[in-house]
Amino acid sequence: MTLKQQIFSLLVSISVFFFTIDLVRKKRLREEYSLLWLATSLTMIVLIFKYDWLVALTQMIGAVLPTTTLFLGSILFLLILSVQFSIKISRLTEQVKDLVQENALLRHEFKQAQLKSNAAREADAEKKQPVIE
Amino acid sequence: MAKTLVVIPAYNEAEGIGSVIADVRRAVPDVEILVVDDGSRDETAKVAAAAGAIVLRHVFNMGYGVTIQTGYKYAYEHGYDYLVQVDGDGQHDPSFIPSMLDPVMNGEVDFTVGSRFLWFDSYRPSFTRRLGILFFRRLVTVIIGRNITDPTSGFQAFNRSVMKFFSTDIFPCDYPDADMLITLNMAGFSIRELPVRMFANKSGKTMHSGFKPLYYMFKMCLSIVVTLLRNRQFYRRQA
Repeated sequence: MTLKQQIFSLLVSISVFFFTIDLVRKKRLREEYSLLWLATSLTMIVLIFKYDWLVALTQMIGAVLPTTTLFLGSILFLLILSVQFSIKISRLTEQVKDLVQENALLRHEFKQAQLKSNAAREADAEKKQPVIE
Repeated sequence: MAKTLVVIPAYNEAEGIGSVIADVRRAVPDVEILVVDDGSRDETAKVAAAAGAIVLRHVFNMGYGVTIQTGYKYAYEHGYDYLVQVDGDGQHDPSFIPSMLDPVMNGEVDFTVGSRFLWFDSYRPSFTRRLGILFFRRLVTVIIGRNITDPTSGFQAFNRSVMKFFSTDIFPCDYPDADMLITLNMAGFSIRELPVRMFANKSGKTMHSGFKPLYYMFKMCLSIVVTLLRNRQFYRRQA
């Protein structure tokens, strides 16, 4: 890996790492979603300094160029990210469904309670009215 | 006396919901009627309330399966013993409600489902719809080991045990049809199919427009496979 390539990769990886940390700090990203981003950027930083590891990994998976391994890695990362989102969306859909149902049931209970209390108030008012003879 | 609830899911049915409620009341005067309005943009909820039904309203449109499950949850929480489900578009003839309820109330079966194909003058669905129904009819019949002619029918009656079962997460809210019958069978509930009259949908509205039939086929096949992969103990625990 040339020095230019190393500097560029390092800048990108460090930027992603700190940008993710900053998003978590500002509460714009939850910790659970930051995990994959942080892990990926840290892996990139390690591979920049340990280029031999990337070459070894490339040989292990049977790829020709280390760049192929990097592309494969990024595709894998995006895949895992999409699966994580799909799981989360499924859970949120289920929760929204339960909330909508609960809201409909509670709104009905509330209206019934309101009607009952109005009727009771009216009955009380009628009782309290003085009888004029 | 046993408490019975008729659940009518409705979405933008302001024009016809009043007459559906009146027809149900004429057929079964002693039961309570619940309309679950699935976030309609028209006056469905108001018309239903004016017609004397109990009305629950979703804050936004959630789909048919979620709507009927809201009805099941209401029925279960309010101690109803039996539940009948009738569509809000007037396709199901409410005069068949007593015959749907009888076997459930007598304790002969847990669940009855109305079949348009067992009644001589029910409407005939479109050719493509019939093909889909035929496919799932064969599939359900083979899997549960009894003849089911109309696995997509929404005209159903069932007891409190099924109500409880359907109120859990196990209920397939995304098009509950053939997979629901298989789930019920695996959970050990007894099912009977009865002849009912169904009319053609006057409004022409359908849940199966555009690419939805393709998604429906995919979803139903996947759901059936997944249902079969779970063991019977899983369903018994839910029941």
